[in-house]
Amino acid sequence: MTRPAPAPAARPRPSRPGTGGARATPNLLVDPTRANVIEVVTPEGVPLPFVVASIGDRATAVFLDLLVILGVFLAVLILAGLATGDGFGSSFIGAFALLAAFLFRTFYFTWGEARRASTPGKRKVGLRVMDARGGPLTVEAVIVRNLLRELELFLPILLVLVPDHLVPGRSGLLRAFSAFWLLGIALVPFVNRRRQRIGDLLAGTIVVVRPKAALLADLGRSPAPTSAAAPAATHAFTDAQLDVYGIYELQVLEEVLRRARGPAADRNAVKAVTDRIAAKIRWVGARKSLDEEAFLRDFYAALRGRLERRMLLGHRKADKHAK
Amino acid sequence: MSDAPLKSYEFRREREPAWRELETLLAKAERSDVRRLPAADLARLPVLHRAALSSLSVARAISLDRNVVAYLEGLCVRAYGVVYAARRPVFEAVGAFLRVRFPRAVRANGGPLLLAVLATILGTGAGWALCAADSERYYAFVPYELAGGRDPAATTSFLRDMLYRNEHGAGALAFFASFLFQHNTQVGILCFALGFLAGLPTFLLLFSNGLMLGALAWLYDSRGLSLDLWGWLLPHGVPELTAIMICGGAGLVVARHLLFPGRLGRLESLSVHGREAGVLVMGAILLLFAAGLIEGVFRQTVTSVPVRYAVAASGFAFVGWWLGFCGRERRT
Repeated sequence: MTRPAPAPAARPRPSRPGTGGARATPNLLVDPTRANVIEVVTPEGVPLPFVVASIGDRATAVFLDLLVILGVFLAVLILAGLATGDGFGSSFIGAFALLAAFLFRTFYFTWGEARRASTPGKRKVGLRVMDARGGPLTVEAVIVRNLLRELELFLPILLVLVPDHLVPGRSGLLRAFSAFWLLGIALVPFVNRRRQRIGDLLAGTIVVVRPKAALLADLGRSPAPTSAAAPAATHAFTDAQLDVYGIYELQVLEEVLRRARGPAADRNAVKAVTDRIAAKIRWVGARKSLDEEAFLRDFYAALRGRLERRMLLGHRKADKHAK
Repeated sequence: MSDAPLKSYEFRREREPAWRELETLLAKAERSDVRRLPAADLARLPVLHRAALSSLSVARAISLDRNVVAYLEGLCVRAYGVVYAARRPVFEAVGAFLRVRFPRAVRANGGPLLLAVLATILGTGAGWALCAADSERYYAFVPYELAGGRDPAATTSFLRDMLYRNEHGAGALAFFASFLFQHNTQVGILCFALGFLAGLPTFLLLFSNGLMLGALAWLYDSRGLSLDLWGWLLPHGVPELTAIMICGGAGLVVARHLLFPGRLGRLESLSVHGREAGVLVMGAILLLFAAGLIEGVFRQTVTSVPVRYAVAASGFAFVGWWLGFCGRERRT
């Protein structure tokens, strides 16, 4: 049912006519030919793009989780210490506290991922664990990827903090060698495309981003007036003028328009794009008195209408170079 | 130019309420747990999920609104995680694990496990033989902290007392048991994790564990205390050594499929058999928990040699039955 995305990043955009399945569709925000996207075909036959989490995000998540573990560790031990006083080392409470702290540290990740496919740290950052081939995430896979964490995370931490505990004896060479070895293990996620650490490789899992895209207003339909003074102007374009551009340009225009409002508004881009389009389509109207944003919105609506209608008839014009 | 509204606009107007409903549902499911959703919501979920998938297909075909496609992709990805993440209730999974999954995994990996057993036996034999040849070597095999004064320089009566002393209170015993469990678990996990480094460290760890055992056995045998030593060692040694060897075996399973992936690709072979190895380690951790209890509490309180041997024998019988016969498919 599933297949990983193909490796080549510089695959040319297919511009053959017709829709021909979603893989031939350049109409994806996340392009499945990009290296960090895993494509999974659902049982319904729809390919879905899963974006592999970046190493920075994952490091942040682990850091947050370690903070939680450390906090609980300290809280449990301090409480138990207060409850037992000097007799900590010879009491049931002390034994229980140590056991609880140990179990918490060992199974914190496993428990969270087995139940909800993510730990609190991962949820905060917006990540989740999934089966690398899109199947259900099994408890076994979660157990394996987190047992290996012992080797990849806790052992190096220990090596840095208390090297004598790990490599007893005097041999500096042996110590350097084991440090080198552990460093090699830590580098594994950097050298594979899907950012899998050894635990992931062994369990067949990947960590993906939980998508956050929100549904925004349709630009093509309700062109809001840019200012109270200027009523929604209607600019008319001929088919010849619209045929100058293709889908790629349309979607760039969409980005420009969506960024034209809001706190990070970029008015210069609107002006530059308007100049460019007006020149390119040989716009005959008055350039000086033109309401730039309204003009772009009208052009966007007209262009999208033209391209979508042509698409329904089997002509997918990928960009301005396509026929 | 025609003034008819765009198909993509009509499409969005028609489908948007269902997308919004799914979005709210997903937010609820992601905040707590799918199983905590009300029945009505649960019934809606797959319907809305399929509707969103179909919307995505349509949007990819007819709509050039990038935001709509990106939104639908995100929505479907999130729904996929909720709908197809088949998670079993934890307790049901634990039961099936103990009765079927773990014993079967042990039987399925006889080869690597046998190798782990051999490494331990080899280490034990070597430890005994080397110490018998030169008692100074004892200090090299048994770390000072673990020896606790049990070395060739100790008197026979001291060595004997070490096996039968009981100066701790009950709380201290629990503390001791908890410490032993942690220590052994970490050794076991390491044994497994080091398997990824081609298995050599796993083999070394098992071998040196055997060396320690052999050296200790030689020391007590040289004072004529063999019977007492094994009575002290075996009750917890049966689950503990079994567990360590299973962990080592799991490490060797990983190493084997790393070095000789066979017909599968190397990574694929690893991910298939890595899970199997994880099952082994998880079971071994449970065995270690039992061993920690026996070692920390039983060993300190029961000093009768026959009782110790009886416990060891029944432990052996149980482990043998559990790993050898439990969860077998019935032949019809």
